[in-house]
Amino acid sequence: MTETSAPLSTAQPPLVKEKLSRDDWIMRSCMVVIGLFLCVFILLPLYTMLSKSVENKDEAFIGLANYIEYFSTPALFWSAGNSLTIAILSTVIVLFVAFIYGYALTRTCMPFKWFFKVVALIPLLTPSLLGGISLVYWFGNQGVAKGLLFGETIYGPIGITIGSSYWVFPHALMIVITALSITDARLYEAAIALRTSQVRTFFTVTLPGCKYGLISAGFVVFTLVFTDFGVPKVIGGNYNMLATDVYKQVIGQQNFQMGAVVSVVLLVPAIIAFSVDRIVQKKQVALLSARAVPYEPKPHRVRDMSMLVFCLIVAAMILCMLGMAQYASLVKFWPYNLTLGFSNYDFDVMDGGGWDAFWNSLYMALYTAVIGTAVIFFGAYLMEKGRGFGTGRSIFHMLAMLPLAVPGLVLGLSYIFFFNNPANPFNFLYGTLGILVIVSITHFYTVSHLTAVTALKQMDPEFESVSASLKAPFYKTFARVTVPVCTPAILDVSMYLFLNAMTTVSAVIFLYSSDTTLASVAVMNMDDAGDIAPAAAMAMMIAYTCAAARILHAGLTRGLLKHSQAWRNR
Amino acid sequence: MKKHLFAKLSLGLGAAAVAGLALASAANAATELTVYTAVEAEDLKKYAKAFNDVHPDIEIKWVRDSTGIVTAKLLAEKNNPVADVVWGLAATSLMLLKEEGMTEAYAPQGVEKLDKKFVDSANPPHWTGMDAWIASVCYNTVEAGKKNLPLPTSWQDLTKPVYKGSVVMPNPNSSGTGFLDVSSWLQLFGEEGGWQFMDGLHQNIAWYTHSGSKPCKQAASGETPIGISFAFRGAKSKNDGAPLTIVVPSEGVGWDMEATSIIKGTKNLEAAKKLVDFTITKGANMMYNSGYAVVAYPGVAKPVKNFPEGITEAMIDNNFEWAASNRKRILAEWQSRYDSKSEAK
Repeated sequence: MTETSAPLSTAQPPLVKEKLSRDDWIMRSCMVVIGLFLCVFILLPLYTMLSKSVENKDEAFIGLANYIEYFSTPALFWSAGNSLTIAILSTVIVLFVAFIYGYALTRTCMPFKWFFKVVALIPLLTPSLLGGISLVYWFGNQGVAKGLLFGETIYGPIGITIGSSYWVFPHALMIVITALSITDARLYEAAIALRTSQVRTFFTVTLPGCKYGLISAGFVVFTLVFTDFGVPKVIGGNYNMLATDVYKQVIGQQNFQMGAVVSVVLLVPAIIAFSVDRIVQKKQVALLSARAVPYEPKPHRVRDMSMLVFCLIVAAMILCMLGMAQYASLVKFWPYNLTLGFSNYDFDVMDGGGWDAFWNSLYMALYTAVIGTAVIFFGAYLMEKGRGFGTGRSIFHMLAMLPLAVPGLVLGLSYIFFFNNPANPFNFLYGTLGILVIVSITHFYTVSHLTAVTALKQMDPEFESVSASLKAPFYKTFARVTVPVCTPAILDVSMYLFLNAMTTVSAVIFLYSSDTTLASVAVMNMDDAGDIAPAAAMAMMIAYTCAAARILHAGLTRGLLKHSQAWRNR
Repeated sequence: MKKHLFAKLSLGLGAAAVAGLALASAANAATELTVYTAVEAEDLKKYAKAFNDVHPDIEIKWVRDSTGIVTAKLLAEKNNPVADVVWGLAATSLMLLKEEGMTEAYAPQGVEKLDKKFVDSANPPHWTGMDAWIASVCYNTVEAGKKNLPLPTSWQDLTKPVYKGSVVMPNPNSSGTGFLDVSSWLQLFGEEGGWQFMDGLHQNIAWYTHSGSKPCKQAASGETPIGISFAFRGAKSKNDGAPLTIVVPSEGVGWDMEATSIIKGTKNLEAAKKLVDFTITKGANMMYNSGYAVVAYPGVAKPVKNFPEGITEAMIDNNFEWAASNRKRILAEWQSRYDSKSEAK
């Protein structure tokens, strides 16, 4: 590209049109390259999957026959209803709890807020399977608290709902907290001046203010639960759900076409939720004006104490989930020999991939964090700071938003179809750690991209114009100004990628090979083979690794804010 | 000069990234055999080590999963096979592959020494057996005591209402053990009687599992009082200290062989033959004996600790050919009858 651009810039066209500098060309071609990356690793696989769903086993086009077969198989059709029930139920529960919890953290003077903040984020550090495993130990047939279920079984809708609520809780909470933090204290002052009752203020000021945040959180929770497969796999018993159906069709019976059909069915609600959420987000914008005054909660004994009790209960539940997994993984032979030891951590003599799986996961997560952050941040930079080329930039933005709407299981399955084809030039990636890194990057692209864009938007565009007028090439500005200034955001992105790559099951379940088993997959496979205690042990190893990464991240960010980011505090 | 620097730099970076990603795929020196297996994971390292003591130049790359999944995988890859050898898969599955024309006929050195039952009747044979694994019922004395469940002595006992919700069995679609159970019931009770029996059993099943060892492991940990599994797994769990009684149902028990075969079209035929030669040696059979009471090489088998007595006499006269050729039909029928318990509620 640079070769062709050189003569262009010296040709001096007579038209009075803004001349494209060499920088512009490089930036555009880089953006095109990353855009192509997204096309190849998201759009094309999805397209292949769609076309598989209308083919028979011999790859001949058969129209909608597979779909007709699907909707006329009652067992499969029932699963859709089950998935919908569980997703709606979990969404209601999680929204309710997350709203009160978030309210307590932002709008009250409850003590120990920092503690509750840390505890609420714990589920992010564990694979979704961990909740299911802990529930078996709490409420399974040998569970310590089995009596609390009054004879109902945990294997089924009850277990799936509790397990799902556990792991999606922090996702909802983070959105709710953001929504509750954005408010204008003047509204409350006005309410007090008008002697509006507290209840009325809550329903006329507080709720409408965070309406969009709640809707957004609702859609996120719904999509996550609807498409998750870890929890129902472990605790679902014979309660079939769409996500486990995909797995059964593909892994159990190698019926890829039917797997593709179920995936498309899985994709539809996810895309609807995504689109509605996008529309809602656009409406959010004008809420906070420049003259808004931040809300400072005032102490209120009864309210603060009742909130404390509520948060204590929620935090205790989260800690019980984690604590039980830790305890059970140390028990020699549940429930008959409760002596403690590390025999369940001897992964090498068990199904699932052994300690290699753990190291694979660690490498995979590190590569994902490093390569992913570099690609995503650079891409966001090119999109945000590039000049002109509006169409290209908005197409790029749409490509970057797309992964959020695609469930991991669906993305993983479409990767098989696309990359396992010997005619595909990228076929060499199949079965390697590389494809796992790529699927992790693309699956978690959107949130990282948005984080990077937000950080870049905070930077004055004059940096670019100044450096351009000084004839400094854009990559120098990028390396010397943009990256250092945005380091906190860059660290956030890499942390997000690392945690998710460590804990994801759904995106990688179809793509690992015997050399590249991952820790999260090992958890699932060990549970499948009946080795539930070692599965808990491996899940805890993931949790500790993620916690260590989190602590490292917190330390780095703090050190940075002290030293290189001192300019932020005036 | 300088203006090319960036282009070169980005090129170099790109190349490095591609190379890094490709690194994982291209790291092998000696002959590498891709071996599909359903053998328990804890035994695989031992098997590979024993083989490498004889042939250090051949490296085994294991692909392990449940019987049903390995079978489905092999069938799915029919036009583009990945496996070189299958070492340790149900004989009924290998017979199915033979019918599909996917196996290579080869008489390994010393095959005449094996028990005839363990060798394919074709000449040269398409598969050779290793050992037999035999269905059994794992009964947890502690949990059954709490629930007042009598010790079942026959398959028909398990359909009694007293066991409602207390029995776990493997799903035959994914588990080889599950399939040998189903095919043995159909042979013992006849086609109609067999499905009738399973209808009754289905009423008592708490859940179906993905793997064949899980029901016994869950029985061992009391998660279920009764698990339909296989004798070897029961003996192992009992040796670990689980309060189990391993029941051999009086009607007779289904069984299947673990067997070995070369996949037709392998690019490493010589190495594959060496591996198959090894799998039928006396030494290899002694190795199988550590977990399986019945092995292919006569006179090798020593008793396995806690293995149920009288089980070899209870083994049914299994019609493998029938089981293999009806496998697909049986599994489809089973799935349509029992695969969604939630629906039945």
